[in-house]
Amino acid sequence: MEKVTAFFQMGGYAAFVWPSLGLTVAVMSGLLIATLRQLRGRQRRLAELEAAGAQRRRRAASPPAAPPGETREARP
Amino acid sequence: MTRKRRRFYIVVAALLVFGSATALVLTALDDSLDLFQSPSQIMAAPPPPERGIRLGGLVEEGTVLRSSDGLSVTFRVTDGAQSVPVRYQGILPDLFREGQGVITVGSMGQGGTFLAREVLAKHDENYLPREVVDALKESGQWREGEGEGVR
Amino acid sequence: MHRFANPARFTRIADRVLPFAAGGAVLALALGFYLALFVSPADYQQGESVRIMYVHVPSAWMAMVIYVAIALASAVALIWRHPLADLAAKASSPIGAGFAFLTLVTGSLWGRPMWGTWWEWDGRLTSMLILFFLYLGHMALMNAFEDSQRGYRAASILALVGVVNIPIIKFSVDWWSTLHQPTSVMRLDGPTIHPSMLWPLLIVALGFKLYYLTVVLLRIKSELIAARLRALDLAMVKGS
Repeated sequence: MEKVTAFFQMGGYAAFVWPSLGLTVAVMSGLLIATLRQLRGRQRRLAELEAAGAQRRRRAASPPAAPPGETREARP
Repeated sequence: MTRKRRRFYIVVAALLVFGSATALVLTALDDSLDLFQSPSQIMAAPPPPERGIRLGGLVEEGTVLRSSDGLSVTFRVTDGAQSVPVRYQGILPDLFREGQGVITVGSMGQGGTFLAREVLAKHDENYLPREVVDALKESGQWREGEGEGVR
Repeated sequence: MHRFANPARFTRIADRVLPFAAGGAVLALALGFYLALFVSPADYQQGESVRIMYVHVPSAWMAMVIYVAIALASAVALIWRHPLADLAAKASSPIGAGFAFLTLVTGSLWGRPMWGTWWEWDGRLTSMLILFFLYLGHMALMNAFEDSQRGYRAASILALVGVVNIPIIKFSVDWWSTLHQPTSVMRLDGPTIHPSMLWPLLIVALGFKLYYLTVVLLRIKSELIAARLRALDLAMVKGS
């Protein structure tokens, strides 16, 4: 138990060592998480747009018997 | 020549020109980019009293004297050639020691004593475990102070 | 449309490299930090505060190396006009800025107990602060323009102009009298750090490099998708 407390005290420099380590972990993981979220968000939007585009192409290739004027897909 | 090649030469030339310009500027500014002056520099060109400057060097061995009430301390800062006496009132950093690097911030007082408002400790570029240092001290190979790499 | 011929190939290569980069980063960081915190000794003069070195020094190395990488990518972008070069620079900037920020803050946290001050305007600290501002400027230019090509061009020029700061950071402790001590690792005479501390430092530094590789590949992939999204948005507006 004494060893554990000694470890956390860092020879009296705890107030400087632990914030340094903590901030490093925070910045590096924060950047990684933000990057992944941005990437996934963009991948999702791309998939949606491409799916909508594919739908539109299918409708254009074999048009349903629809009244004129209804040629546009509603955008999500 | 192709456009690509021309762009290449432009970039290289611009870098060389800008690099040289920067080198010239830095050379011209040289001394003003120093954080502190050495005792020799201070002795050669004593600054006017009351002007805030920084004096840096090593704490001369055997010169550290704390006052009887423990509030102030005097010591000498040396660069091997000249030394300047310093008086300081306040807390000294953990690393402050004789033979160690130091930077004192303050001004030259009357009588040639540097009156420090702030004392900063410098440390050298060596990183060693305590056991290694103890062993070196025992075998008489240890040298204190900065700029001396321990092999 | 030739610009989008490369992205598919890049994405394929990136997807093959990413698991190794990410896995390697996790291993190196875990091992490095374990050694740094639990195995390596306290320093004879700095005591346990030396543990800050294990995040401060690798951050400083990354801040400088990434800036050089951005400068190289900028040169490639300006001279060869390769579109991936601009994206590599754009993707790298926030990572470099993060490391520059960490260098400054962990440096302050280390300097306060050791030197007795949070900050001094010496050559090393000041030039590192300038590097941080260069990163911020680079990121601003990359994102400020409606026409992204103009932003890329301006950012490339800033990156090349600012690269002169890198040798200044490195040699400041030799050229001028500074508070920061001289170099401990990249020296002609060899490192002045004891192996018991040097090895954890190098392993953490490797982890930081692999981390950068992982994040920059993810960010470039992200930029390529963003470019594709912009193109699709444009096509939809035109085609409808």
